Amino acid sequence: MAYAGGVPKPGFRPSMLIYDTRYRSLTIQLIVLVLFAFGVSWLINNVIVNLAAKDRTFDYGFLWNRAGYDINQTLIPYTNDSTHGRALFVGLVNTLVVAALGCFLATVLGVIIGVLRLSQNWLIGRLMTVYVEVFRNIPLLLWILLSFVILTETTPSPRDFRVTDEMIAAGQAPAARMFLNDSVAITNRGMNVPAPLFRRSLGMAGIGEFQISLNFLAIFAVIGASAIVNRRMVRRARAIQEETGVRPVTWWKSLLLLFVPVIALLLALGFHLEYPRMTRFNFSGGIEVLHSFTALLVALVLYTAAFIAEIVRAGIMAIPRGQTEAAFALGLRPGRTMNLIILPQALRVIIPPLISQYLNLTKNTSLAIAVSYMDLRGTLGGVTLNQTGKELESMLLMMLIYLTISLMISSVMNIYNAAVGLKER
Amino acid sequence: MKKSLFFGTLAAASALAGFASADTLADIKARGELLCGTNTGLTGFAAPDANGVYQGFDVAVCKAIAAAVLGDATKVRYVPTTGETRFTALASGEVDLLVRNSTWTFTRDTDLKFDFVAVNYYDGQGFMVKKDLGVSSAKELDGATVCIQTGTTTELNLADFFKANNISYTPVNVADDSEAQRQYVAGACDAYTTDASGLAATRATLPDAENHIILPEIISKEPLGPVVRHGDNNWGDIVRWTFYALVAAEELGITSANVNEIGTSTVNPEIRRILGTEGDMGAMMGLDAEWAKRAIAANGNYGEIFAANIGESTPIGLARGLNAQWTQGGLMYAPPFR
Repeated sequence: MAYAGGVPKPGFRPSMLIYDTRYRSLTIQLIVLVLFAFGVSWLINNVIVNLAAKDRTFDYGFLWNRAGYDINQTLIPYTNDSTHGRALFVGLVNTLVVAALGCFLATVLGVIIGVLRLSQNWLIGRLMTVYVEVFRNIPLLLWILLSFVILTETTPSPRDFRVTDEMIAAGQAPAARMFLNDSVAITNRGMNVPAPLFRRSLGMAGIGEFQISLNFLAIFAVIGASAIVNRRMVRRARAIQEETGVRPVTWWKSLLLLFVPVIALLLALGFHLEYPRMTRFNFSGGIEVLHSFTALLVALVLYTAAFIAEIVRAGIMAIPRGQTEAAFALGLRPGRTMNLIILPQALRVIIPPLISQYLNLTKNTSLAIAVSYMDLRGTLGGVTLNQTGKELESMLLMMLIYLTISLMISSVMNIYNAAVGLKER
Repeated sequence: MKKSLFFGTLAAASALAGFASADTLADIKARGELLCGTNTGLTGFAAPDANGVYQGFDVAVCKAIAAAVLGDATKVRYVPTTGETRFTALASGEVDLLVRNSTWTFTRDTDLKFDFVAVNYYDGQGFMVKKDLGVSSAKELDGATVCIQTGTTTELNLADFFKANNISYTPVNVADDSEAQRQYVAGACDAYTTDASGLAATRATLPDAENHIILPEIISKEPLGPVVRHGDNNWGDIVRWTFYALVAAEELGITSANVNEIGTSTVNPEIRRILGTEGDMGAMMGLDAEWAKRAIAANGNYGEIFAANIGESTPIGLARGLNAQWTQGGLMYAPPFR
C-alpha cells in the first residue's frame, strides 16, 4: 500500500498512440488505411478527369446495341442481329465449356500421371517424370499454338472428301475418308460428328433469352433416377451379403435399370442421328467441333495435368509409409491400397493446391484468341471492345466476370475440401 | 488482392491517359521524334525491309510529316499496332498519329473521338480464294469458312454482305494478319477477306501467287487515312496539309527530282506558295516556310510514293483506280493552297 502513490494514474495521453504498444499498431493501421483511401480516391479521380478530358463517358449502354458480327461457335442462339450483351454470354459459355471440360480431364490425367510417377516400374516412373518436366516448363501459349498447328496442318481439307462424277467413272477413291461408318469426318477445320435429333421433340423451356432443351433435361432426369435406384439395389444386395454371407446376383438387374429406361425414352422421343454431309465448301449437318476448341482444350489439359500430377504425388508422399505397410499386412493388393487407404487420406493434402490449378486453368482459357477461339476475351474483350471502343468498360466487366467465376470455383472447392477434411468426433 | 488488381488497372488506365497532351506539335519537337502508329507488317503499306527499316505507302506519309515538322524524314519511331490495339494506342497518346490502313467511319470519327484528317487510299473490302476452289464470285461462297482479322470494320461488312445475299458462312476471327495468312494458306479457311489493297499485298507475298485470285466483288467503301486525336486541331491541320501537299505536288508536277529548283524557276504562284518561295504558309501552322518542300523531298509526291510502294511495277501491282488525281478520273483532290 505504501507504493500506491508511485504508480502513475491510469489515463489516456495522445503520446500513448505512438509510445504505448497497446495502441501503436492501431495507430499505424489507421494511418495506412487513410493513405490507402487517398490513393484509391486519387486513382478514381484520375480516371474521371481523364475520361472527361477526352470527352468520353463511362456507361454500359453499348451492351444493348446490335453486335453486327458473327461468331463461329455459338452454344446458345446468336445471330449478328443479337446484342453485344448476348455476344458476351456466347463468349462466356464458350469459356465455361473449355474451363469445365479442362478441369475435369486435367484432374483425371493428372491423378493417373501422379500415381504412375511413383510407380515401382522404372520405365513408367521415368516417362512420367519426363512428361511432367516437359509440359510444365514450356509456356502454355506455345502448347496451344503447337496443338492447333498440328491439328490444322496434318488433317485433310474438306475438299479431299469430295467424290465427283469423274472420280466415280474413273474408279478413283477420294483423297480422304470419313471414319466410323461414314459418320465422323476430321478436316483441317474441325471434327464433324453426328448430331442427336428428336422426331417428337418436347421443345424448349426457359425464361426469355435463356432456353434449355426439354429433351436433354428429360434424358438427364431419367439417367439420374436410374442411377439412384441402381445404387439402392446394390446397397440392399450388400446388406443381404453382410447378413447372410451370400451376395445376390445383381449385374443383370443393374444393366436393366441403367439402360432400359433411357432407351425407352429415346425411342419415345424418336431419337435419331444426323450425319454430316459434304456440301460445296464444308461439311454441314451434324455437330462441328472446331479445332480451335480442341487445340485449346488439349493444351490446357496436358499443361495443367503436369501440375496436378505433382500435387497428387506430393499428397501421396505425405501419407506415412506405415499406412501402406499396414494395408499390405492386412492382405490388400497395391491397387486397392491406393484406392481405399492412400488416396482418401491424400485428398486432404491435394484439394487446396488443386483449387488454384483449377483457377489457373480457367484464367488461362483467355489465351484462346491465339487460335481464334471465341471465348469471353474474344467476344467482349475482342470484337465488342474494338467495335464500340469502350476499352475501360469492357476490360473492367471482363475482369469482374473472371473474378466471379474464380470465386465461385474456389467456394465450391472449399465446400468439397471441408467434406473430405479430417472429421474429428 | 482482388482490390489491388482492380485499382492497379485503374492506375494503368489513368497513367496511360495522363500522357495525352493538348499540344502535340510541341511534344514532338521536344522529343525530336515523331511517333507513328503503323501496321505490324503489311507489305507495300508498312513493313520492315531487309535492314529492319520500315518502308511502304503508309510509312511514306509518316516520313513526309517528320520531314515537315522536324526537318528529318528519318526521325520517326514506328510503333507497330494490331487491329485491336491501334485506337487504344492513339487515344492514350502512345502515338502522335496513326497511319495504319484505318477505315474512316462515323463512329470512329465521333464516338471514339478521333479525327480522320485525309484519305490516302480509297479502298474496298474484297475476298481472296484459291483458284482451284472454282469460285468466280463472292456470292458463290455460301457455306464457306472465311478468315477475318478481328477488330476491323471487315467483320461487320462481312456479316452484312452475307446477310444481304441470304447466304451463310463460318467466320474465323484471327488476331493478326500473319496468322490469318497462315490459316488461309493451310486451307483452314476457304476465303480470306480484308481490304482489296491488303489482299493484293498478301497475295504478293505468297510463294504461289498465281494460284490465288481476288474476287471481283468489292463489298464496302473503305477510305483509309491518317488519324489523329480529337482536341488538337493544329496538329490535325499539319497532318492534313502535309498529305495534301503531296497530292497537290503530283497535280502541279512537283517531283522529288525538281523540288529544289522548281520553287524559284516557276512562275506558277501556287507552286511558289507551297514550296515557300512566296508567302509563309508554314507559319500559320507553327512550321517554317519550307515544310512542304521537305515533305515532298522525303519520298516524292503522292504519285511517286504510290508507284514506288504499291504501283503496277511493284509485286503488289495495284492500279491507281480511285486513287488517281481528280484530273485523271480519280478521287485524289487537294484543296487549294491559298
